[in-house]
Amino acid sequence: MGGISSAFASLGAFFGMFDPLCGPVGIFTLLGEGTLVSCGDAGWGDEIAFGVAVTTALALATLPLGLLIGFLVALAGQSEEKSLRLAAGIYTTIFRGLPELLTLFIVYYGMQILIQSVLGFVGYDGRVEINAFLAGMIALAVVNSAYSGEVMLSAFRAIPKGQYEAGDALGLGRGRTMVLVILPQLVRIALPGLVNLWMILLKDTSYVSIIGLSDILRQTGVAAKVSKEAFFFYMIACGLYLALAILSSFALRFIDRWSRRSEASR
Amino acid sequence: MSYVKELIPPRPAPAVIEKRMNPARLTGMLVMALWVLLAASLIAMVITGWDTAKFERYGPRYISGLGTTLALVTLSIVMGAILSVPVAFARMSKNAVLNGIAFAYVYIFRSTPLLAQLFLIYYGLGSFKSELESVGLWWFFREAWYCGLLSFTLNTAAYQAEILRGAIESVPKGQLEGAASLGLPKSVTFWKIVLPQALIVALRPYGNEIILMVKGSAVVSIVTVFDLMGETRYAFSRTFDYQAYLWAAIFYLAIVETLRHVWAWLEARLTRHLKR
Repeated sequence: MGGISSAFASLGAFFGMFDPLCGPVGIFTLLGEGTLVSCGDAGWGDEIAFGVAVTTALALATLPLGLLIGFLVALAGQSEEKSLRLAAGIYTTIFRGLPELLTLFIVYYGMQILIQSVLGFVGYDGRVEINAFLAGMIALAVVNSAYSGEVMLSAFRAIPKGQYEAGDALGLGRGRTMVLVILPQLVRIALPGLVNLWMILLKDTSYVSIIGLSDILRQTGVAAKVSKEAFFFYMIACGLYLALAILSSFALRFIDRWSRRSEASR
Repeated sequence: MSYVKELIPPRPAPAVIEKRMNPARLTGMLVMALWVLLAASLIAMVITGWDTAKFERYGPRYISGLGTTLALVTLSIVMGAILSVPVAFARMSKNAVLNGIAFAYVYIFRSTPLLAQLFLIYYGLGSFKSELESVGLWWFFREAWYCGLLSFTLNTAAYQAEILRGAIESVPKGQLEGAASLGLPKSVTFWKIVLPQALIVALRPYGNEIILMVKGSAVVSIVTVFDLMGETRYAFSRTFDYQAYLWAAIFYLAIVETLRHVWAWLEARLTRHLKR
């Protein structure tokens, strides 16, 4: 066991080398020495770096879930079946109309009440604490899927019917037509809209600080309360969100170019 | 040797066999059943959990919270619209410095969370109490309501500036050239030719921005303002009754749906001359 844990520790140390905030060449390590944001026990640098990791992890964990649900909603929305369209319409109307904060509270407290009552039914009578990360992930995924469903639905409508007929003519089944013919085009058409939604998702993760998850805003808020340097720490929070947005816009430009690799260059 | 002596007469296409039940229909019915079940359980929850004392106690508070939310959103949208005009024109100007400042403003306010901006203004600027008192601005930054208004205004101004800029730039250049060839002065061209066409383009994004603002305004409850969300949190913290959130959801959905329908009507009305 000792060998494995030390291997993990050295692995962690290896990735710690590339930690942009508190690593050996991190911003806080280089510039924050001896100040409030120094790494280690004296400053808040490592706590804030942990917050950045939580925010990034939450956004990255939410995205696939949101896209998957959004895809299903879009699929239902363009179905020929009336009841399926109606059900998808109700879903998008509700979750696009509710404030994200309210959705988060409804999911967080609703899950708590639901699980508590189910457990009470079984006979367990203790207090149940819902994992804030999970609740945040579900709430943000639901909101994100309502929007991404709309984006993908309009992308579906932009794909001509002839593409489906061509799939039929080639003898492809429904599933293979979807994966081989429709999806590659769908990605290309929906990408600009989905990029916007990723930026919105990144900002919406700040709401989970209210239900107690240690994300950027929570960690800087704690630091601000303890050190009484609220302006400084909230400036750092804004700067970190800005940095995340800039970084992801670089990554997204790369993805955009990748998605257009088969198009003729103009 | 045989050959075809007569052609097969034309026949209608084979009738489509409508299956009574297919996977899509089954899924649709199941999901609809789920929605109906959910709605029924919500109604049942409201009926069984009905408490006149609570209703009399928190009902008026909800209404006043609704008023606060609507006032906050209306004021910030109007003030943001005013502030967005110079920003949009700075964004379109050829002066690199002006353009850079406007770009930085828009970029920063659009890519940081509203909640962080609110905290920065309320807690961050609020920590400079003695400095603000000496300038005579402490009364403003002391009140959470004013801080919320300021941060919403700055936030929505950045978004509205982009909407305005996009709309004005969407007017084709030929329109300007046409006006110039008619000898119209620049100001008349802008007010009578560019702006009417731009505002029609901007109508839908403006509607979306107002809806986003209504939803975003819920964060102001975190800094102790009793808007609709704040009253909801207050009621929940007192009663631990889950219904508190459901009522808030109904209120917010009603606002957003009303706005959406008003905007759809407005757009249909204002673009009726463009329909063929």
